[in-house]
Amino acid sequence: MAQSQGWVRRYCKAFCKGFFVAVPVAVTFLDRVACVARVEGASMQPSLNPGGSQSSDVVLLNHWKARNFQVQRGDIVSLVSPKNPEQKIIKRVIALEGDIIRTMGHKNRYVKVPRGHIWVEGDHHGHSFDSNSFGPVSLGLLHAHATHILWPPERWQKLESFLPPERSPMQSEEE
Amino acid sequence: MLRGALGKTFRLVGYTIQYGCIAHCAFEYVGGVVMCSGPSMEPTIQNSDIVFAENLSRHFYGIQRGDIVIAKSPSDPKSNICKRVTGLEGDKILSTGPSDFFKSHSYVPMGHVWLEGDNLQNSTDSRCYGPIPYGLIRGRIFFKIWPLSDFGFLRDSPNGHRFSDD
Repeated sequence: MAQSQGWVRRYCKAFCKGFFVAVPVAVTFLDRVACVARVEGASMQPSLNPGGSQSSDVVLLNHWKARNFQVQRGDIVSLVSPKNPEQKIIKRVIALEGDIIRTMGHKNRYVKVPRGHIWVEGDHHGHSFDSNSFGPVSLGLLHAHATHILWPPERWQKLESFLPPERSPMQSEEE
Repeated sequence: MLRGALGKTFRLVGYTIQYGCIAHCAFEYVGGVVMCSGPSMEPTIQNSDIVFAENLSRHFYGIQRGDIVIAKSPSDPKSNICKRVTGLEGDKILSTGPSDFFKSHSYVPMGHVWLEGDNLQNSTDSRCYGPIPYGLIRGRIFFKIWPLSDFGFLRDSPNGHRFSDD
């Protein structure tokens, strides 16, 4: 009797020890280093989800790269939606703070991106709920960089940071 | 001897990572102690007060009108601001000051909140930079720890109702 009780207690102790190590480490890793996510919707076609609803891409979200809020024009990033905080959206960065850009469908024809904000757009113009609808977004909403496509295997690739030349800013602060 | 030192170093690194991760989970999902600076929340929170902030309300979307929140500054994501929520999405708020002749109201957009400091004369808040997205809120302040003369739960806004409900 005493022997089986000792066995159970040792098992519980080892389980608790492992649990309190593994869970915080895993949660911290998924919050701070990297996680994966499935992309829904057609707003980033043809870069993401070219097959539409038949197959959704799964991307690697790199939190570590976004830890200092450093983004470049052309990066694909995920951010908290400014209209619905429960949802994350994945878009391409088109303009940084201080840039003046020509918008596509926004209420103002030309917009200067305020300090601490960025302008994001989906690659599939017209089918995208992006800055052309809700204006520049604060960098504080930045969630992660989308760096690689992981699934389906035939679409394994590194996502390149590419700014379409027709979407370059008319005037940027560095000039 | 080298083996012993290497073993000790690995154990130290292991413990540091483990406690660092527990600290991250505690600050991110439960709450933490914060020191506030600036005059914009007087008399409720003075300069250099130490308060306790909890992050559970943010994750469960339970922030209400009248809560004091910590949020990332909309113009500088690396710094935090501490203000009171005076309007939720859909509320009608007064967006001009009391000295303006023509009063104008506007509605807080979906997914945004309107922040105001308690010290209305000396506060840059939503009256200056507009409503901020809910996603910028980091936590809710509900308890003051220092100075001990002011220890306890935080008071309601001294400014009464400057807004009207929908």
